[in-house]
This record gives sequence, structure tokens and C-alpha cells, in this order.
Amino acid sequence: MDRQLTTTPRPGGQLGGYVLRRLGFAAVLVLVALTIDFVLIHAAPGDPVTLLAGEGGDPAYYARIRSELGLDLPLGEQYLRYLGSAAHGDLGYSIAYRQPVVEVIGARFGPTLLLMVPALLLAVTVGGWLGVAAGRRAGSRADELISAGTLVGSSVPSFWVGQLLVIVFAVGLGWLPVQGMSDPHGSTSTAAHVLDVAHHLVLPVLTLALFQLALIARLVRSSLAEVLVQDHIRMARAKGLGPRTVLYRHGVRNALLPVTTVIGSQFGALIAGAVLVETIFSWPGLGRLLYDSTLARDYPVLLGLFALVSVAVVIANLVTDLSYAALDPRVEYR
Amino acid sequence: MRIALPARLRSRRSAVAGLAVLVAFVLVAVLADVIAPGDPLAGTGPPFAPPSGAHWFGTDSLGRDVFAGVVHASRATLVVGLASAALAAAVGTVVGGISGYAGGLVDDVLMRLVEVVEIVPRFFLAVVLAALFGPSVPVVVLLLGFTLWPETARLLRAEVLSIRHRDFVVAGRASGLSPGAVLVRHVLPNAAGVVVVSGALHVGTAVLVQAGLAFLGLVDASTLSWGGMLQSAQGFVTIAWWPAVFPGLALSLLVVSANLLGDGLLAALSIRGPRSRAL
Repeated sequence: MDRQLTTTPRPGGQLGGYVLRRLGFAAVLVLVALTIDFVLIHAAPGDPVTLLAGEGGDPAYYARIRSELGLDLPLGEQYLRYLGSAAHGDLGYSIAYRQPVVEVIGARFGPTLLLMVPALLLAVTVGGWLGVAAGRRAGSRADELISAGTLVGSSVPSFWVGQLLVIVFAVGLGWLPVQGMSDPHGSTSTAAHVLDVAHHLVLPVLTLALFQLALIARLVRSSLAEVLVQDHIRMARAKGLGPRTVLYRHGVRNALLPVTTVIGSQFGALIAGAVLVETIFSWPGLGRLLYDSTLARDYPVLLGLFALVSVAVVIANLVTDLSYAALDPRVEYR
Repeated sequence: MRIALPARLRSRRSAVAGLAVLVAFVLVAVLADVIAPGDPLAGTGPPFAPPSGAHWFGTDSLGRDVFAGVVHASRATLVVGLASAALAAAVGTVVGGISGYAGGLVDDVLMRLVEVVEIVPRFFLAVVLAALFGPSVPVVVLLLGFTLWPETARLLRAEVLSIRHRDFVVAGRASGLSPGAVLVRHVLPNAAGVVVVSGALHVGTAVLVQAGLAFLGLVDASTLSWGGMLQSAQGFVTIAWWPAVFPGLALSLLVVSANLLGDGLLAALSIRGPRSRAL
């Protein structure tokens, strides 16, 4: 992120040009991700045909795949064809599901979002609150406690936390289900089903939220502690504003700005976390798909997931960068 | 400013504590055969024996001693953590040093490269690579080394920028040293702190990624790893808690101490932290 903090406007630092450059760069990033995929298909040991179509198939089928994929063409031409079909949303066929990769992945996207959105909301609200509680008095007892807790929270592996939560709350206390997204023997009414899914959501969402929550709390804390020693805060206090007004209107508001960019840069980590969490809770989302595809050596799905996650990460970063530019008038871009 | 000094001392203390635990882990890894003699992959008791005098951490589904497993698995974990962090430090030093010192077009190009690498979803690439090329230790180390370096490069570049116009650097240039010699002899030694800091933080990240891969079953079956132990415990958490609790505890302790060391050094050296990103 090439932002420069300056106070004087410079030519060439216009928002419009910045947006265009960012869009161009995002396109380059997507191209890089697709190129990595293409290189991997060809660099991997073994024939790309068996890699992409599975082993033990009929030779005629292989021959068809070979010409369909253009594997008899020069490498450069293959690369262009690959990019062309990717641009049309064609990422190949899944070996295990016998369906287009994009459809297989699309079908699993909903349950993963169902985990990610509440986890992110929880992380932002609780993490933000903890960060303010710690950062408003740096060095205090509360700060020490929260800082220690969030250091541990951002260090422990999420999949292990998930296992611990299962051991305590599902196996030990029996309050919550061990795994799955709903009870197969449950009632069929919509309201009961929603409650059932919510019940199954609690542990995976808590598990997934923990790391982001700790990270956001740490960032808000350090950002707020830095803002609170600045001159404009002393000024606000000097002109007689109440401590709450100073803290929230002049402190927290400024401290939150840099934190927004992190949420974008964390998108990849959040999906990666979801993958592991879904594995623990047998949640039928992208993570479960990744796990199953690894076991089944379903390379087209694995490569497709990498490409699609890359695109999602690029978009998330683009959106946060642009909103940051729109939100903070001090930021000057080159 | 009254709180600044104690806060610094405290951060130094936590850095020392982190380092001490890391050193203890290295000792455990080196002395694994002494601490827990015998083949850790062989069953030595009944399956799912709870923790006792004979099996401190209990036994797993195959009757293997969990304590012996935790001790021996520290080896693979530390090798991957330290080797990836070292590789990332090397690449990050080269890129960050040149970028900060050369400036101009070279800097622009290298920083674009940093942004490209930074945005690659590391964990997903790791999964694809491990599935395609096999989840061997070299594959994992290379992947982590070549995806973790941007943070080091960014921090080092900022540090180099801040010292490249200092008097001693100018003096070095004036005495006729080549730019490369000035960089290596005068600039980098004074900017090395940030490389150590990000290296410590990278040990934690590398260990977590490796454990995550192992947890997905992407691990060399003949090497013991904490992530792999957690994966085999996963199917039985409703029966026995100990095969899941102890390897996870070791893993968490290692990552917490690496982060304590990194954070403590960050504060002690008054460096603005990197945007940490796990996995």
C-alpha cells in the first residue's frame, strides 16, 4: 500500500487517477494468480491430463481432454486459451463431482459466508470495544490484561480452539452440537430450522472470530494509544470537552481509520481460518470442499479455489483501499 | 512520558521470556531421544489411556504415548518454523535493502513486487502446492520463505530510508566505497533490528501455517507434527480430550512465545509494527 501521509496537496495525487491505478493493479494481481495456477498445472509432476481428469480413464476420453484443453498446442497459446476461458468463468471440471469447478465452488459459498459474516461482525464489535478499553489508558491494569489476552488470542491456532470448545461445550456440558449445520432429525418448520442452524453456528463462529477479534483489539489499542497523545486531543481537552467526547469524537474516530484497511487485508486469512474451522465442525462450506478435494486429489477444484480466493482477496483489498482514500482527506496517493 | 520507561522495560522482559521458551523448545527438540526414548510412533499402552504416571499426557487412539509424540514433533515444527523465517529474512533483506537504498524506479518496481506477493492467499497456495508436489518439509519451507518476506522487506526499507542520509553513511560514500559496500557495511548492520523482529514473528506464522496444513492431512506421514497429532485426535474428541489438548498446548505456547519475543523487540526498538497477518 503506497499511501503517503502529507498535508500539502500535490499534483498527481488526485483520487480519480488513484482509483484507475488501483483498478489496473488489481487486474494485474488477478492475472498473477491465474498465471500461478497455469504454471502449477504444468510444473507439477505427471501428465496434466491425468492431473486434471483423474487416473484410470478411457484413452479416448484422455485424447478428447487433451485437445479440448489444447495440451497439444504450444505453451504460449495454451496460456492465452487458459486466460480466455478463465475470463469466461470457466475454470475446468471437477474430477470428483463431474461438474464445472465454478458451480461446485459456488454451491459451497453460502454456508461459508454464513460463518464469515457473523464472525467478522463479532470480531469488529467486541475487538473494537476491547481495543478502546485497553488503548484509552495505555499501561493501566485493564490494558495489561487485555493486551495479554489478545496476544494469546492471536497466537493460538483456531482449529485447536475449536477442538477445545467442542470438548467443553459440546462433549462436556452438552449445551451445543458437536458438528454439522443442522439436525437431520429436526422439525421441518422454517422457524425451527433457523433456530437449529443458529444453534449449530455458535461454536464455529466463536472459533473463527477469535483470531480476528484479538487482532482488531490489538490494532485499535495501539492506534488509539498513538492518537491520544497527539496535540489535537490536548486541544480538545483544553477547550473543556468532556472525557467521553474527547475519547470518542476525537480519539476513537481517528484511531479506527487505519483499522479499516486491516479488515480488507485480513480477508484471505479469514477464508483460510474458515477452511480449518469448517473441517472441525463438518460445516458444508468451502473449507470442507477444500478438505475433501485434497483427499480426492481433485486438482481442478483446488486450483479453482486458489484462483477464486485470490480474486476475492484482490477485490476486498481494492474496496478497502478505495474507501480509505475516500474517508481520509489527509492521505495523499502517488 | 512517565509511562514510557516502565512500558519499555516490560516489553524487554516479555521478549526475554519469549526467547527463553523458544530456547527451551529447541533443547526439547535436540534432546527428544533422551527425554522420551523409543519410537514415538509405536504403541506403548492401551488406546485412550488417560494421563497418568506411566503416560503423562495419556495415549492416543493407537495406544501411542502423547507425551513422546509432543516431544518428538517439536523437531519438525521447529525446523519448518526456523528455516522458513530464515529464508524470508534473507529474501526480505535483499529486497528491502536494495529498495530502500536505491530508491527511484528500482524502489517502485520492488515495492510493486512486494504488494503482489503480499496479496497471494498463502494458505490456499500452500494447500495446492502440498497437494501437487507432496507436503514435504522443503516444499513447505520454500513456500513460506517465499511468501513471508514482504513484511521484512517493508520494515527494512523504511529503516534504510531513515538512515541512508545519516552522516556515517555519507562519510562511507565520500570515502569512495561502492554503493553495494556502503549498503552492506554501513546501512544494513544498523537496520538489522527489524529483520530480527519480523523473523521472530514469522516463526510463529510459519508454525501456524504448517500446523494448519498438517491438520488438513497435508503432512508427511512419517514425520510427527503437532498439527498432524491434532488431526488424528479430531475424530475422537468425543471420546478423549488429551490427544487434542496437549499437542495444541505445545503449539500455542511456541507461537505465543515467538510473538512475545517479536512484540517485545518491536517495542524495545520503538519500531512501528507490521500489519500482522496469520496463515
